[in-house]
Order: sequence, then C-alpha cells, then structure tokens
Amino acid sequence: MVATTDLPMNSTAPRKGRARLRLAWLGVVPFLAFALLFLLAPLFYLVIGAFQTPEGGFTLANMAGLAAPNIAASFWLSIRLSLASAAIGTVTGLLLAHALILGGMPGWMRRGLTAFSGVASNFAGVPLAFAFIATLGRLGLVTVLFKGLGFDLYATGFSLFSFWGLALTYLYFQMPLMLLVITPALEGLKPEWREAAESLGASGPQYWRMVGGPVLAPSVMGCFLLLFANAFGTLATVIALTGSNFSVVPILLFQQIRGNVLYNPNLGYALALGMILIMVVSNLLYIALRARAERWQK
Amino acid sequence: MMVARKTGRRIGPALITLAAALYFFVPLYAAFQFSLQMRRGEWSLDAYRSVLASDVFLNAFLFSITASGAAILCGVLLVVPTAYWVRLKLPRLRPVVEFISLLPLIIPSVVLVFGQIRLFGSNSWLPLTTTDLGTNLLLIAGYVVLSLPYMFRAVDNGMAMIDIATLTEAAETLGASRLRTIVTVIFPNIRAAIVSGAFLTFSICLGEFVIASLLNRQAFGPYMVQLGQDRAYEPAALAILSFGLTWLLMALMQAAAQRKPGQGWLPFRNKAPRP
Repeated sequence: MVATTDLPMNSTAPRKGRARLRLAWLGVVPFLAFALLFLLAPLFYLVIGAFQTPEGGFTLANMAGLAAPNIAASFWLSIRLSLASAAIGTVTGLLLAHALILGGMPGWMRRGLTAFSGVASNFAGVPLAFAFIATLGRLGLVTVLFKGLGFDLYATGFSLFSFWGLALTYLYFQMPLMLLVITPALEGLKPEWREAAESLGASGPQYWRMVGGPVLAPSVMGCFLLLFANAFGTLATVIALTGSNFSVVPILLFQQIRGNVLYNPNLGYALALGMILIMVVSNLLYIALRARAERWQK
Repeated sequence: MMVARKTGRRIGPALITLAAALYFFVPLYAAFQFSLQMRRGEWSLDAYRSVLASDVFLNAFLFSITASGAAILCGVLLVVPTAYWVRLKLPRLRPVVEFISLLPLIIPSVVLVFGQIRLFGSNSWLPLTTTDLGTNLLLIAGYVVLSLPYMFRAVDNGMAMIDIATLTEAAETLGASRLRTIVTVIFPNIRAAIVSGAFLTFSICLGEFVIASLLNRQAFGPYMVQLGQDRAYEPAALAILSFGLTWLLMALMQAAAQRKPGQGWLPFRNKAPRP
C-alpha cells in the first residue's frame, strides 16, 4: 500500500501530492532517455528519412522505389522463404508437440526435447550454418552418406546454399520455437472435451475437425506468424551460408549500409521501413490471435 | 479394442519424436565428426587446437566477452531500478515501459543499427562512430537494446514474486534510504532473476554478428563468418564449441531461475530447516 501514500490523501494537501508524483517521474528518466536515444530516435530517423529527398523535402518516391524490380524481387524472395520456413516449422513443430503432449510419450523424452528446444531456438546464427555445412554441404556427412548409397543429392538440383537449403536450416530453430510456443495451447485442450465428444459418438478425426481444430486454430495461426517474422529477420545464418549472394531483404539492407548499393541513401531508409512494417504487422496479428486463443486457456 | 487403439496411437507419435530427435542430432554429430577430420586419415583435435591457438580468435573472443559483460552491467543498472520504480510508484507507466522493452523483438537488429549509424554518424550532433571508443559504446548500447526484452522480463518476473511494496516499507521504517533499499533489500531478493537475464544476454551477444560487423568491430561473430569463408574444418570445431557454450549458459540460467532467494547454489548443500 505504499503507492497510495504518494497520492493526495485528502483535499487539504493536493499540491504536495502532485509535486511528489511529478518527482516520481524522475525515476524512469534514465530508462526513457536511453530508449529514446538508442532505440526510438534511430527508428524515427529511418522512418522520416524514408519520406525525404536527399535535400530534405517531402517525397513518396522512396516508397515507390520499393517497387523497382530488384527490390520487389528481394521482398518476394524473403516473403516466400519466410512463408515456406514458417509453414514447415508450424507443421513439424505441431506434430512434435502433439506427439510429446497428447501422444503418451514418456516424461523424460518430453522434458529432454523441451530443454533442447530452449537451447536450439537460441542456436541461430553463424554456428548453425557451420553445422549444416558439415551435414548437407557438398562434403557434408549426409550428402556423402547418400552418395555412398547411390543417391546424389546435389544432382537433384538441391543445394544447401539455395532456397530449400535455407528453409531446411531455418527449421532447426523454427521447429523448437513452435514446440515452445504451442505447448500451452495443447495443454489447454481439456480431456473432458474429447470424452464428451466420444460419448456423443464422435470419431477421432471428427473431434479434431469440430472441437480440437477450431480451439487450436487461432494459436496455430498466431504461432505461424511469429515464425514468419522470425524467419524474415534472419540475417547472420544467411550470410554464413551464402556469403551475400542470396539477396533476401535483410541482406540487401546489410549491403546498402555497407556500401550504398542502391545509390540512394533515402531508398535505404524506405527499405528499412518496409521491413519494419512487415515485422510490425505480423507481430500485431500474432498478439491479437494469442489474445483470442487465451480465452480457452482459463 | 481399447488396447489396440492405444498402441495404434503410440506408434505414430513415437515415429514423429524419433524423426525430430534425429533431425536435431544429425547436424551436431556431423559438425563434431567433421571437426575431427583435419588430419588426413585419422581423427584428431587439430581443428580445435588450430582455433584455440590463434591470436585473432583470442582477441575477438575477449573483445566479445568484454562487450557482452559491459552490456549486462549497463542493462542491469538500467532495468532493475526502472522495473522497481515502475512497480512501486508509477504502475500507470508500466504498459509504456513494457512496450518499449519488447520493441527490440519486433525490430530486426540490422534496422536498429542502421538508424544508429546514421543518427550518430560523422556529420551528426553526436558523432560516436568517428572514434574507436564511441563505436565501442554504440556497440554496447546496441547490445543493451537487443537484450532489453529478456532482461526486463526476467527482472520484472522476479519482482512479481516478491512483495516489493512491503519490503520497501519495512526497509524505510528501519531508516534505510532509497538507494540502500534497492541495493541491500531488493537486489538480493531478485538476484536469481538478474542472473538468469544476464546469462541469456551473454548467449545472445557473444556470437552476435550483424551489429558488430556493421560497426566494423573485430568481434567473435564477424570472426566466425570470416573463418567460415577461409577454412574448412575450424568452423565445424567452432560450431561445436559454441553449441557447448550455449548449452552451458542455458543450464546455468535454468539453475539460476529455479533457485529461490537465500538458497545455496548447489541443491544438496542446502541446510535442512532447523526444528
């Protein structure tokens, strides 16, 4: 109840209470100043720059410049890669979570894989790329193993350093992330619902189509968007795998910061704003869907 | 009939679990085996020796450890008093502070560092990127921002578990100043939360590539990428070393998170409560 002592207790001392409340604001000044300086102001700088000419006048030309063939191709590549990796991650992560939670796997297996997922979802970046080069690169363990069995992986057109290779690498942090974020939703499926459905004569598929599926749907959609955003922002893994030959949006922005490859600094700001918008929209939808899903978890 | 259906339901989940475990295990094993093949015809630890004996590696690694440590220190000094103050005095401001500290999860680090480089560039009002010291400070600030979501959540959860209002009142009744209350009463009670946030920060910043590379710092992340382009076996050794390190940090974090205030670090060393 300490907090209330700082508010005016009666009408005779409102002035003193106000002053103390105003002083209380000073306590968060360091945090707000830091956030303003190193987080908010840099973002504002980019957002404003996206709508300015190099001379400082207002323009929409930078945003229109995002439709240029090479930039639009980058966005399209990024979006396709993120969709593919999020879709694979969602499906495999959901299957794994279902197997572990509702499939009657022993507890140690579930605890082990959940703990591993905590590590693996943080094991992105450069080392992950190295591990996959040792696995599926031209001299990787699995590539060589398949060759020994008479199956030349790279003759099929597959390459670790292309679209599906990247999607498969992303899966190493996407599937664990899916397992971690979908677990509460699966645990929220009450056994009573299944029992009630079965006693009314529903088959397994019928239960999933009419009860389990609709309850889980917002959570699964939300997690899919989280995975999409997660893949969209991935940069270090791509660089370590492909150098900077695979021009997804973060790579293009990285090169622009390095050496102004777009020959227009303000176009770079527009590119950054485009990335921010995609991240913000997918995250907002994720939050909205999660709020919708939590209705069932009470 | 019941039994048959049950076993039928078990085979599918078992296969899925096995496939996932295999997918997780194979790249680690492949990297491990690859890292041992540097010497032709036999398995050796040459790749590890080659990495660990390199001065470039040591300098980059030490630089990143220092930067991560500084980021942890700054993050704790920034987040702990703020989270405490907001809970105690300004609960209405909580959504704002929470929103700001979650923002770095949404904003990709390449966008963040882009804005920082331009805002603190050579022609700006505060040209940090023109000096070595300034650039190092900017790197640390960037790492503090990156770790803000994890640090804030850890510390805020820690504070939710103790009754800070009552603790503060008790300390003030006994005549403690505000600073003393934070340092000697609040801090020890949320130490486990802080340690857990610190380990997470460390594991994020140690191998960080994007910010360090764009600020031209000779840090561990850019070093690894360079090594990946120049060498064949050493990168695999580094992957194994970093995975081991991440594992260790996460295990320490778990241990810190589960430890209650006043409890010893090793569970078996706790004294039994006296009757």
